[in-house]
Amino acid sequence: MGVPRFWREQPHRYRLEGTRCTNCDRVYFPPRWVCPVCRRESVGKMERHKMDGTGTVVASTVVHDPAPGFEDQVPYAVAIIELDEGCRLTTQVSDVADPHDVVPGMRVKSAFRRIQSDGASGVIYYGTKFVPLVEQGSTPS
Amino acid sequence: MIAPPDRENGAPSPFGAPPRHEGHPPHLRPVGIVSYGFYVPRYRIRTETIAQVWGHDGPQTAANLNVRQKSVPGPDEDVATISVEATRQAIDRVGFDPRRVGAIYVGSESHPYAVKPTGTILAAAIGAGPELTAADFEFACKAGTAAMQTAMGLVRSSMVDTALVVAADTSQGAPRNALEYSASAGGAAFLIGSEDIIASLNHTVSFTTDTPDFWRREGQKYPSHGERFTGRPAFFRHVKACAERMMAAMESTPDDYQHAVFHQPNGKFPVNIAKQLGFTMDQIQTGLLAPKIGNTYSAAAPLGLAAVLDIAAPGDRVFVTGYGSGAGSDAFDITVTDAIVDYRKKKSRTVEEHLAKTVDLDYSTYAKYRGKIILGD
Repeated sequence: MGVPRFWREQPHRYRLEGTRCTNCDRVYFPPRWVCPVCRRESVGKMERHKMDGTGTVVASTVVHDPAPGFEDQVPYAVAIIELDEGCRLTTQVSDVADPHDVVPGMRVKSAFRRIQSDGASGVIYYGTKFVPLVEQGSTPS
Repeated sequence: MIAPPDRENGAPSPFGAPPRHEGHPPHLRPVGIVSYGFYVPRYRIRTETIAQVWGHDGPQTAANLNVRQKSVPGPDEDVATISVEATRQAIDRVGFDPRRVGAIYVGSESHPYAVKPTGTILAAAIGAGPELTAADFEFACKAGTAAMQTAMGLVRSSMVDTALVVAADTSQGAPRNALEYSASAGGAAFLIGSEDIIASLNHTVSFTTDTPDFWRREGQKYPSHGERFTGRPAFFRHVKACAERMMAAMESTPDDYQHAVFHQPNGKFPVNIAKQLGFTMDQIQTGLLAPKIGNTYSAAAPLGLAAVLDIAAPGDRVFVTGYGSGAGSDAFDITVTDAIVDYRKKKSRTVEEHLAKTVDLDYSTYAKYRGKIILGD
C-alpha cells in the first residue's frame, strides 16, 4: 500500500468513519459520496458518520494460507461483520484463543490494531480489526 | 554504599509549594483527572512456562519475583494500539469531545517508531486536533508520570483546556535474561483538566540523578541492566527519597493515605519499599498488579492508579510514586473527589474485570509474537 493512499484513508481505517445519506438515513461503510438508492437526490446531502464499532459476525472463515505480512498470525479468523448501523465489512477477528471460535452470531467490537508494515524500515499501517465483545458494565458499588 | 550526595534536607525545593500552602500562586487553576482508561493485552505467559525453557526453577522464580504471569502483546499490538484503546475508554466513558484536548503526551520506552511520534497516531485515531500540541516522552519506566507532570503544568497555568496523558509500553526482555520474566505490556490514559475532576492532583515532586542502572542503546533490540545495581542505589534510593520529599512537602505521613501505588518492576520491590516507608499491605494491595501482569514499565504505576480509582471512595487520598531507570522518581499526592460517585454511574470495565479475560500462551507462540525467532528469509 502506498503511503499517500493510506494517509487519505485514515478517517475510515482509524475511526470507522463512513457516511450517512441525509435523504434516506442509510449508512455506508466504507464512505460513499453518492447514495446508490437516492442517487442524484443525495448529492451534497452525504454526511460523515462515525460507526459505533459494535456488530455481529455474519460469516467467517479461518485463513491458513496468509496474505503477505500475516504469516505470524496463521491460522487467523476473517469474517464479514454486520455493524449495528446495518452496513457490512470484511475484517480480521483478533484476540481469540482458537480462530474457529469465530462463528456467525458472535458479537464483536472494533479495536485499533497494526494491520501491516512496509518491511522493517517502512511505514506501519494501523487500522481497525474486530475482537470478541465482552459485555462490560459491572462497576463496583 | 558510597553514592553522590542527595540534596540536603532543608535546602530550598525547586518544586514550588502545594496548593493551599503559603506561597502557592492564587491565580493557578485546580488540576486533576477528569477521566481515565486502561488496556492490557489479553495474552499471558506464566513464569513457570518461561523457567521450563531455560532450566530455571519455576515456582522459586515466581516466588522470588512475586510475578506469576505476565501480559504479552499480540502480533498486531504495539504502544500506539494500546494507547488508543486506553484513551478510547477514557473519552467514551464521559463522552468527552476529543477536539477539546490541547496536548497529547505519550510516555513509553517502546514507541513503534524511533522517529515519528506515537502521539499523532493517537490523535488521529480518537479524532483530536489538528489544533493541539503533541510529543512523545521517554524516561525508562517513568515516561508516563513525567508526561503527567507536564500536563499538570499546562492545565494549571491555563495554557490548554485539557491534556491527554498516556503511559504505555510493550517492554523488551532478551531471551533467558532475568527481564524476560517480568517485561510485559499495558497502558493507561488520563484526561487531565480543571473541571469535573474525579481525582485532584494536589502536588508533585521528583528526585532525579544520573544512575546507569538500566539502558538500551540506539538500535539495540534488548535493554541491558546492572543486575543487582538496579535495586538499592537505583529503585530504592530514588523512590524512597522522592516519597519522603513528597510527605515533607505535604506535611503528611503514610497514615494520611488510604491507597499507595509504587512502580512495580516485579511484585517484590513495591512491597519492600512500601514497608520501608511505613505503608501497609492494605494500602498497596489494590494497585499492586505486577503479580498478575508483570512489569508494564511506563504503565506500571499509572495502571495501579487506575485500579485504585476503580474502587476509591470520595475523600480518599492516594500516594503514587513512579520510578524510571537512569534514574528518577516522580511522586503525586492525589485526593479522590465527590464527583467519582456520578462518574462510576457511567458504566465501564474495571481493571479487575479487564485482567480476568486472558488467553494463555506457550513459550514458542510467545517467542513468535515477540519477534524472538530468527527467520531464514
